[in-house]
Amino acid sequence: MRLEPIAAPGPMRRIGLPALALAATVVVACALSALAGANPARTLGLMITGAFGSKFALLETLNRATPLIFTGLAIAVAFKAKLWNIGAEAQLYAGALLTVLIGTQLGLPGPLAIPLMALGAIAAGALVLLGPALLKTRLGVDEVVTTLLLNFVMALFISYLLEGPLKDPMGMGWPKSPSIPRDARLPRIVDGLRLHWGFALALLCAAGVWVIQTRTTLGYEIRATGQNPEAARFAGIPVTRVIVKTALLSGGLAALAGFSEVAGLEGNLTTDLSASFGYTGIVVAMLALLHPLGVVVSALFVAGIFVGADSMSRAAEVPTYIADILLATALLFMVLAILLTKFRVVRG
Amino acid sequence: MTEIVDILLSASFWAAILRIASPLIFATMGELICERAGVLNLGIEGIMVAGAFAGWMAVYAGAPLWVGVAAAMCAGMGFGAMHALLTVPFGLSQHVVGLGITMLATAAAYYAYRLALPEVTNPPRITPFQPLHIPVLSDISWLGQALFSQTALTWAGFATCGITAFVLSRTPLGLAVRAAGENPQAVEAQGLSVGAIRMGAVIVGSGLMAVGGAFLTMSAFSSFFFEMVNGRGWICIALVVFGTWKPGKALLGALLFAGFDALQIRLQQTGLGQIVPYQVFLMIPYLLSILALVLMSRRAEVPAALMTPFNRGDR
Amino acid sequence: MTPKTPAQGPVLRLSGITKRFGNLTANDGISLSLARGEVVALLGENGAGKTTLMNILFGHYTADEGTVQVMGRDLPPGQPGAALKAGVGMVHQHFTLAGNLTVLDNVLLGTRPLLSLSSGRAEARARLAQLARDFGLAVDPDARVATLSVGERQRVEILKALYRDARVLILDEPTAVLTPQEADALFETLRKMTAQGLSVIFISHKLHEVMAISSRVLVLRHGKLVGEVATTDTDRHQLATMMVGAEITTPAPAKARPGAPLLTLEQVSTARHGERPGLTAVDLELCAGQITGLAGVSGNGQGALADLISGLETPTGGRILLAGEPVADWTPRAALDGRIGRIPEDRHKTGTIADFTLTENAVLESYATTATRGWMNWRDARTSTETIIDKYDVRCPGPDTRIRLLSGGNMQKLILGRVLEAAPRIILANQPVRGLDIGAVTYVQEQLIAARDAGAAILLISEDLDEILTLSDSIRVISGGRLSPAFPRGSKTPAELGQWMAGQGFNHAA
Repeated sequence: MRLEPIAAPGPMRRIGLPALALAATVVVACALSALAGANPARTLGLMITGAFGSKFALLETLNRATPLIFTGLAIAVAFKAKLWNIGAEAQLYAGALLTVLIGTQLGLPGPLAIPLMALGAIAAGALVLLGPALLKTRLGVDEVVTTLLLNFVMALFISYLLEGPLKDPMGMGWPKSPSIPRDARLPRIVDGLRLHWGFALALLCAAGVWVIQTRTTLGYEIRATGQNPEAARFAGIPVTRVIVKTALLSGGLAALAGFSEVAGLEGNLTTDLSASFGYTGIVVAMLALLHPLGVVVSALFVAGIFVGADSMSRAAEVPTYIADILLATALLFMVLAILLTKFRVVRG
Repeated sequence: MTEIVDILLSASFWAAILRIASPLIFATMGELICERAGVLNLGIEGIMVAGAFAGWMAVYAGAPLWVGVAAAMCAGMGFGAMHALLTVPFGLSQHVVGLGITMLATAAAYYAYRLALPEVTNPPRITPFQPLHIPVLSDISWLGQALFSQTALTWAGFATCGITAFVLSRTPLGLAVRAAGENPQAVEAQGLSVGAIRMGAVIVGSGLMAVGGAFLTMSAFSSFFFEMVNGRGWICIALVVFGTWKPGKALLGALLFAGFDALQIRLQQTGLGQIVPYQVFLMIPYLLSILALVLMSRRAEVPAALMTPFNRGDR
Repeated sequence: MTPKTPAQGPVLRLSGITKRFGNLTANDGISLSLARGEVVALLGENGAGKTTLMNILFGHYTADEGTVQVMGRDLPPGQPGAALKAGVGMVHQHFTLAGNLTVLDNVLLGTRPLLSLSSGRAEARARLAQLARDFGLAVDPDARVATLSVGERQRVEILKALYRDARVLILDEPTAVLTPQEADALFETLRKMTAQGLSVIFISHKLHEVMAISSRVLVLRHGKLVGEVATTDTDRHQLATMMVGAEITTPAPAKARPGAPLLTLEQVSTARHGERPGLTAVDLELCAGQITGLAGVSGNGQGALADLISGLETPTGGRILLAGEPVADWTPRAALDGRIGRIPEDRHKTGTIADFTLTENAVLESYATTATRGWMNWRDARTSTETIIDKYDVRCPGPDTRIRLLSGGNMQKLILGRVLEAAPRIILANQPVRGLDIGAVTYVQEQLIAARDAGAAILLISEDLDEILTLSDSIRVISGGRLSPAFPRGSKTPAELGQWMAGQGFNHAA
C-alpha cells in the first residue's frame, strides 16, 4: 500500500473521518463494558449523566477540565514548534510548589499574593522546561526522554519536600504542605458554585495563545520552526531562540495548572495533586489538533470522560481505568483519521 | 568510604546488579532493534507494564512459567503490531503513536487487572523463577553467589543480547534491518520491503520489551503492582543512545546503570542514608540517564533514517 | 544462475503502459522494446513520465493498463523485486545506497535469503573483485559508502546490478553528477557491458550524450511516446524539437558590463561537516552586473559556499566584505539585511514550508521588517503576495493556497519573486532550474539575466556544465573546497573545465 496526497479533501472526509474516530472510540467503550459484564448502553448512559447530567456533575467536569486546558495549551504550543514537551507533569508541580511557597511563606495580603503566586509559578515551570530546551538546542539531546525523566525527578523532589522542610506540622503525619491562607485563594466565579477563577484564567490563556499563534511574529516563527526548521533558519528566523521562547511559554502554561489547582481548589500541595494532568494534556492537545481554542473543547471532553467514568464505576462494575483506555484509543484513532483526511491509501 | 568497600565486596551486590540489569537488557535490546530499523518506539514503558501483567496473570491462572513468558511476549507483540501499523505503513508521528501506545497498554493492563481481581487490595503472589543452579560454577564460594545465582530468565537476557548482536552484524536479515534504518530507499531498490522489515522489527522488539516487563513480576518480584515499571522504559531509551545503538555497548550500559542502582539501594542503609534523604538516592537512576544522554550527544551514530517514515514511490 | 537470454526477440518489452494519478495521465499507452546488446536512450523533459515508467517497471507503481515482459515472460505487477529477479537493474539518479554501510554490504543487501545464518561476505568479496576487473569498476569493498566520491558511488550502484546478474541496466541521468572525463569512463564501461550482451536504457535530457552512446532514441513528452528514431538518422536539433514540442530558445545574454565588487570573500575557510567538505582559503569577488558561474562535481564544497553566502555558515578564517565593508555577525538575517537574495538548492526542504500558504511563504524573509511591534501585518503581506503572483506568473488558485499543492516550476517562481521583489544587490542562485520543465527554465534564466542587467551581482551554482557555459560571464571551478581562478566567458573548453573539476590544476596553485 502507498499513501497519496489528496489535493482538496471534501467535507465528507474532513468531518466524516474524525467523527468516525469518535464513533470507533464509543465502540471500544461498549466492548470494554461488555467485557466487564455490564450493559454497554447503561455504562455509556451513566458516563454521560455522570459527566454532564446535573449541575454538580457539570461543575465537577469544568473543574476537572481547568488544569487540562492549561496542560493541553502547554503541549499544543510546544508541539506546534515540534518541541516534544512530555514533562508538563513536572512543570505543573514546579508551578504548584512556587504557588505554595509564595502563598505560605511570604505572608502577603491576598490581592498581592495571587498575582505573585501566578508569576512565580510561571517562572518555575518555564525554568523546568528551559533545561531540556537548552540541551536540545545546544547539544542535540532528545527532549522527549529528558522531559520524561525529569517528571520522575520532580516527583521525588516534591516527595522529599513534603516529608521534610515543607511538611505541614498540623498535617497529622501526612506528607502535605501547609495550606495557603483563605484570602490568597482564587475566589469562586459565582458564590455558592464550586467553580473558581482558575477556569476563567484558563479560557483567557486559550484566547491569548490563539492570538499569539495567528497574529504575532512569535506565533508565525513558532509555526515556521515547527513545520520546517531548515527553511525557517534559511529565511533568517532565529530558530534556537524561538525554541527557547516556546519552551518558556509552554512551561509557564503547564505551571499555571499547578497554580490553579493549589490556589483554586486544594489550597495545599500533595504528591497526588495531579491526576496525570501533564500526560493527559498530550491527549487533549492532540484531539484539538493543537488548536488553542480546540483545546478548551477537547479538555471538556476528556474531563467528561474521567468524571463520567468515576461516577459510572460507582454504579456499574466497570473499572475506572476504562477512561484511560478510551483516551488512548481516541488519540490513536484521531491521528489516523486526520492523516486519512489528507492522504488516501492506494494499492501500488 | 569503608562502607562502599564493604558493599563492593559483598556477593549480594554483584548478584543484584545482574538482577536489576535483566529487565533493562531485554527492553533495551527490544528498543535497539526497533531503532536500528528506523522506528523510535515510545510504547516501551506501557508495553513493559502490559508484559509484566500478562506474564504474571498467565502464571497466576495456572500456566507454567515459560508459558507466562510467552504470554507476555505475545501481549508485547500485539501492542507492537499496533505501533508498527500506525507508524510504518501510515507513517504517523512516532512520538504521538508511541506515547499513545504507552497510555493504552498501561491502561489496558490496569483495566484487565481490576476485571480479574475486582476486590483485591494486596495482589496475590505467584511462585517466580528460582535461581538456576549451575554445576561447579554456582558452588564457587564467593563468585558462585555473586555471578551464578541468577534465574534462567537473566541468562536468557544475556543470550538475547548475544543473538541480537549476531543477527544484526552477521546475517542478511540484520543487514536488511540496519539498511532500513539507514536508507530505506536502498532497501527498496534491492527488492526488499521496507514496510515488512520495519514492522517485523517493531513487533519483535516490542515482544522483548514485554519480556523485560515480565521479568519484574516473574523473576525479580512475584506479584504485579501498579507503577512497578516506574520509568524503566524511558531509561532503556537512554541506554540505547548510551550504547550508540550497538547491542554490546548497550549491555554494558545496562550493567553499569544497574551497578549504580544497586549501589544507591545499599547506600541508603548506610550512614550516608541517615544524612541524605532517600529521594535523592531514588533520583540517581533518572539523573544518570539524563547525564548519559548529554555525554553521548556529540556522537553522531544515530541511524540516519530514524523517525523518517517511508512511503513507497516518494523520493 | 544467469537468466537465459533468448536468442532472438527483445530482452525487455513494455506494452501499452498507462498510469493515471487523479486527473493527470503520467504514462499514456507507452510501448518500448529493447534488444540484446543495445543502448536505447529515453529522452524527455522533467515530468514527461520517464520516472513513472521506471517505477512501474520496478513494481513500485502498478500500471492501470499494459504489461511488462522480461526475457519473454510477463512480470507480475506491483511487486518490487520481480524485475530485479528477472535480471533488470537500475541506477537511480539519486543513489540508493546506505552511507553508513560498506560497499560490500550495500551490494549484498537483499541478495541472500533473509533467514540464512551466514552473511556470505567471503564469496561476495571474490565475485565483486571479478566483476570490478571485468568491467573496469574498481572500488574498495570495505570502504564505507559515505566516504566515497560521487563517481565511486555510481560504480557501486552499477556493481549492485551486475552482482545480481542483470541483463538489462537502466541508468537515470547518470552523467548529471560526473565530470566530462568521468562521463567518458562511464561510457567506456557501458560499451564493455553491451559487448558482453547486456542491454542498457539510458535516461537523459542531455542531447550530445544521447547522440554519443545510444543506437536508438525514444522521446517522451507529457506522458506520451512522441517519437522513436535510430540515432544515426537524427540530430540534436530534431531531438530537441521532439522533446519540447517546439524550437528551443536558449537565452543568449548580451555582453556584461561588470561594475564594482559587491561581495568579496578573502581567504575564507569553513568547517567540514561529516562527509561534506568545507572551504579552504577561498577568494571570490562578485561584481555588479555580472553572472559568475560555479562549475564542479557535486559534493566538492558548493554546499559550503552556498551556505556561507546564505549566512547559514560562519567562516572559520578569512573575511567577508559587503561592498568593501567587512561584516561582523554573519547570520541569514545579516545576509538578508546586506541585500543578498538567495534561491536555495532545494525548494522543498529549504525554500518553502509545505503546509504554509503562498502568503506565509512569500513573507518568510521579510515578515520581521514589515511587522509592527511583534504584530504580523497580514493585509500587506497578502497584497504583496498577489503582486508576486501576477508579476511572476505563479499559477495557483490564490494567495491562501498551501504551497505544497503547486508544481515545482510555480514554487520556484514564487521564490524568485520573493527574492527579486526585495531588490537584492547580490543574488545567490543555487541550482535555480533543477527539475523544472523547459518553459520554466527559460523564464527563470531570463529573469536572472534581467537582474544582472539591472546591476545585481549573481553567483550561479549548477551541476549542469552547459547551463554554466551559457549563462556565465565568468566561470570559477570548485573542487575539494578550493576555487579555481576566474575564467572569462569562452576562454576554456568543457574538457579543460572538466580537468579542473577533477582537481587538476589546483596543485601548482596551492
